[in-house]
Amino acid sequence: MSLQDSNPPQNSGFSRRRLFGAVGAGAALVGAGAVGGYAAGSSSSDAVSDVVDFRGDHQAGIVTPAQDRMHFVAFDITTDSRDDFVALLREWTEMAERMVRGEETFPDGAIGAGEYKPPSDTGEALGLSASSLTLTIGFGPGLFDRFGLSEFRPASLADLQHFPADNLDARRSGGDLCIQACANDPQVAVHAIRNLARVGFGTVSVKWSQLGFGRTSSTSTTQATPRNLFGFKDGTANLKAEDPAMLDEHVWVSPTDDQEWMGGGSYLVARRIRMLIESWDRTVLNEQERVIGRSKGSGAPMGLKDEFDPLDLDSKGPKGLLIDEAAHVRLASKEELGGIQILRRGYNFTDGSDGFGHLDAGLFFIAYCRDPLTQFVPMQLALARKDLLNEYIQHVGSAVFACPPGLGESDYWGSTLFG
Amino acid sequence: MRRTTFALAAVAVLPLALAGCTEKSSSEASAEDIAVTATDTTCEVGSAEGTTGNSTFQITNNGSKVTEFYVYGEGDRVMGEVENIGPGLTRQLIVALPDPGTYQTACKAGMVGDGIRADFVVTGDAVRQADENGLLTEAATGYKRYVVSQVDALQETTASFVAAVKSGDIESAKAQFPITRSYYERIEPVAESFPDDLDPRIDLREPDVEPGAEWTGFHRIEKDLWTQGLQPDTNAMADQLQADIAELAEKVKADDFTIDPIQVAGGAQGLLDEVAKTKISGEEDFFSHTDLWDFQANVDGSQAAVAAVRPIIDQNDAELGTAIDARFAELDAELAKYRSGDGFVFYDTVTEPQRQELSNKIDALSAEVSQVQGVVAGQ
Repeated sequence: MSLQDSNPPQNSGFSRRRLFGAVGAGAALVGAGAVGGYAAGSSSSDAVSDVVDFRGDHQAGIVTPAQDRMHFVAFDITTDSRDDFVALLREWTEMAERMVRGEETFPDGAIGAGEYKPPSDTGEALGLSASSLTLTIGFGPGLFDRFGLSEFRPASLADLQHFPADNLDARRSGGDLCIQACANDPQVAVHAIRNLARVGFGTVSVKWSQLGFGRTSSTSTTQATPRNLFGFKDGTANLKAEDPAMLDEHVWVSPTDDQEWMGGGSYLVARRIRMLIESWDRTVLNEQERVIGRSKGSGAPMGLKDEFDPLDLDSKGPKGLLIDEAAHVRLASKEELGGIQILRRGYNFTDGSDGFGHLDAGLFFIAYCRDPLTQFVPMQLALARKDLLNEYIQHVGSAVFACPPGLGESDYWGSTLFG
Repeated sequence: MRRTTFALAAVAVLPLALAGCTEKSSSEASAEDIAVTATDTTCEVGSAEGTTGNSTFQITNNGSKVTEFYVYGEGDRVMGEVENIGPGLTRQLIVALPDPGTYQTACKAGMVGDGIRADFVVTGDAVRQADENGLLTEAATGYKRYVVSQVDALQETTASFVAAVKSGDIESAKAQFPITRSYYERIEPVAESFPDDLDPRIDLREPDVEPGAEWTGFHRIEKDLWTQGLQPDTNAMADQLQADIAELAEKVKADDFTIDPIQVAGGAQGLLDEVAKTKISGEEDFFSHTDLWDFQANVDGSQAAVAAVRPIIDQNDAELGTAIDARFAELDAELAKYRSGDGFVFYDTVTEPQRQELSNKIDALSAEVSQVQGVVAGQ
């Protein structure tokens, strides 16, 4: 919580709430006799803790403690006009800053714009709190050529190579830019992306999007480790917000790495990983734990007791190595990867069922790293070649984006690149 | 018929200016008339200049295709038009051009495309009323004029289409099907505004038919023509279509049929929504795959509706009109990629990425057009 508590919002300008303020106050009065101090206490802590600062050295939504829900969208740029695109980025920034504070996208936008105008705010978040909404933008490889910015394209920002067993769907891959919305209320995240997309028509078009409903990693030591759809704890060994030295080494781009404008930024790798749920569910527990390399109940590495016990890759039991040579945790571990680490920030997804009655579900993997070519690529290559988990998963979508640094007082999204 | 309609409409717009000319409109060409000679590939306009007030054009079609003649204002606003000029015929168009400026004339051989355009420069003092109320009235009158012109053409083309169906000439009927529909698709929100199921009778798609209900209209005949062959009741269906369209024409031309200028802008949006909903997916013309004809007609109809309120847009939000012009131009250019002969390629040959590109252009245009109603309402 240290990140968001460092600068609590002085102006709780929740117009979204204020609109219903009268109703809320009445309800509180009615409820006062029944629940007394509880209502007052919960509402005040809510007001303090659910707004994440929009501006800062780094974009919010990267090391911010992972919220429960996500709506991620990738856009193609449809204009050749740099001016139009920059104007959109400026407008988006204003809208984003307002929405992150829990306000409407435009003042009084849901109902106050006139009866013959489409409302400038779509309204489904009226009465909802900020819900720790974060909005994070990233630029894809194609953006740079389109606007004559090739010399500013980082060498690390290129379409990812084809990995063994990839079965990528072009309709779920790539994009000229992305926006990641994370919040504790799915309606708030969806509202944010919907409104940003709405004003973008004519300048950008939505290429693909993904909803996520359960964070699959912890990005803060304050958070319990969640479980993925295979029922296993995920993100135990993740990088954490509380370790700034590690973040500087593995997540935040230095201005001297390649492109000065990326200093303080990070690279986002997105992979839509379909989980073959039905196959997994028919696999015995013993095999499931062998594949992952951790115990399903405690999350401890095989042969150990506690979830946070350090991986012991060399210990042997009666049948050989305790952690299988091709177990997922082994192949993904920094020990096996020469010290490589990434900040994982993925979400579970379920998009209904496919035509065979199988759950269309899996992990929407999002990782932030300082250089995808030296961090994500070798990690994924190692996994794609050997991981026992490959029998139960399939990578079906892929994209990579350069997320610019955080915003100073007068900055807009991308101002270090567009000036 | 149409000549009278145009003359009457002009009277309604500018009663004072036209009072002295009414007689002349029904007489033969006078020295002040501008002769237009159209062929399949040329469009010679006798004069490229006029003065504010009324201009009278005498259009002679020396080509082999049916043609039409338009005068456009800013944003392709249709100031006046005369359609269905058969080979060898001469038709008259009186058009009120109230403001000085550069207008455009156009001949459209085969009645499709942008036509052969030329500038028509009008000088003199503006003769329009400048107050907003006048602009709103003029917008409604202008749009009704457009609707009537489309309904007239719809009746004529439907008669010919129905004749082809009933004579069993399937190839001819197939060729006429998308052209006939175009006139309907340009003004469909008007048909939808009548409360007695007129639009469903004319244009219902098979998946929308309730169990047990009778399926009539264009798409029923489309299915007969393209997939299941002529049925025992196909002729009856054709007669029904013609009767329903006659009913539409009667309602549209009724004196008590008035158009709310703010609703004109809503109709412009509605037509684009049509495209986004059923054309872009290829559901509309499921059997014939002639969706792109409808697509273009919806877009043209939307553009005509926007153009009718253009003076109000220009007065209240000058940048919006320019932005909309640009979006219409981009969409037209995208559609032009799929032109084939006098029409379009069939939609089942348009790939997913191509449909996506069309969809992007529609979304971009629609986002701008969605602002028009508020601007017209002065918000």
